[in-house]
Amino acid sequence: MGMTPDNDMIDALVKQRVDEIFSQKLEEKLAELKAKKTPSMTIIATKGTLDWAYPPFILASTAGALGWDVSIFFTFYGLQLLRKDLSGLKISPLGNPGMPMKMPFGPDWFKSINWNIPNLVQANIPGFEMMATGLMKQTISNCGVAGVEELRDACLEGGVKMIGCQMTVDLFGFTRDDFIPEVKEYCGAAHFLPMAKDADVSLFI
Amino acid sequence: MNFDKELDARGLNCPLPILKSKKSLNDMTSGQVLKVVSTDPGSVKDMQAFCKQTGNPLLSSAEENKAFFFFVQKK
Repeated sequence: MGMTPDNDMIDALVKQRVDEIFSQKLEEKLAELKAKKTPSMTIIATKGTLDWAYPPFILASTAGALGWDVSIFFTFYGLQLLRKDLSGLKISPLGNPGMPMKMPFGPDWFKSINWNIPNLVQANIPGFEMMATGLMKQTISNCGVAGVEELRDACLEGGVKMIGCQMTVDLFGFTRDDFIPEVKEYCGAAHFLPMAKDADVSLFI
Repeated sequence: MNFDKELDARGLNCPLPILKSKKSLNDMTSGQVLKVVSTDPGSVKDMQAFCKQTGNPLLSSAEENKAFFFFVQKK
C-alpha cells in the first residue's frame, strides 16, 4: 500500500461529482433553451363559413403579433378561407342553436331580443341565409371587430404561413388560381403532421 | 409621459389593438415610445401579454373615463 489513492476511489469520486454538477447544469441549460425558443403554433382549419373564419385568423394573427412561428393548414371547407375574394363567406343559422340571433340596429331593448326562429321557418324562407349573413357582418362591424379580410392580411403581415391541402383542391375541382398567391405551399397530411408535432400549440378548428 | 407616436385604437376590439400596436412599433426605432389609446377592456391584459412576449417594455398603463392608455417602448 502506498500514499497514492486508489484509482477506483478516484473514479468513484469523480463520477459522483460529475453527476452532481451535470444535474444542475442540465436544468439550467434546459431552462435557457426553453426561454430562447420561439413559441410555435399550427392550426388545421376545416370550416368555410364566416363565423368559423374568425377563430383561425384571430388566433394566428395574434400569435404572429406576439412573435410566434405560425402555420395554418387549410383543408376541406377551410380552403374557402384562402379564396381571393372573401366577400362570399356566409353564415347559416339553420340547425345552429348556439348562434345568438339579435338585431344589430335599433334601440337597446330591441337589440337585446334573441329571435329564436324555428328551423322549419328558416329552411323555407328564400334568402334567409343571406339576411343572416348581412346582419352578422353588421353586428361584427358595430362592435369594432375586424373583418375577415383585415384579419387575413394581418396574418400575412405577421408572417403566418398559409398552407393549402392539395387533396381538397383536387377533390372539389378548385385550381390554385382561385386562392391568394401568398399561399406558401400545397401539400398533404404526411408533410403537415411533422410540423404539428414540433409545434408548442396545435389546434383543430 | 413623452411619446413619439400615438395610436388611436378606440372603438376597436380584440385583436385589433394588439395588431395595430405591432404594426406601429415596426416603423419605430429602438427606444421610441408608442402611446396607445383603447376602449377595449380586454386590451389591458392583452397589452401586458404582448409586451411580455415581444420584449417591448410596457412603461405605463392607466384608465381614464372608460379609455385605456398604454405607453410601450420599442426594445
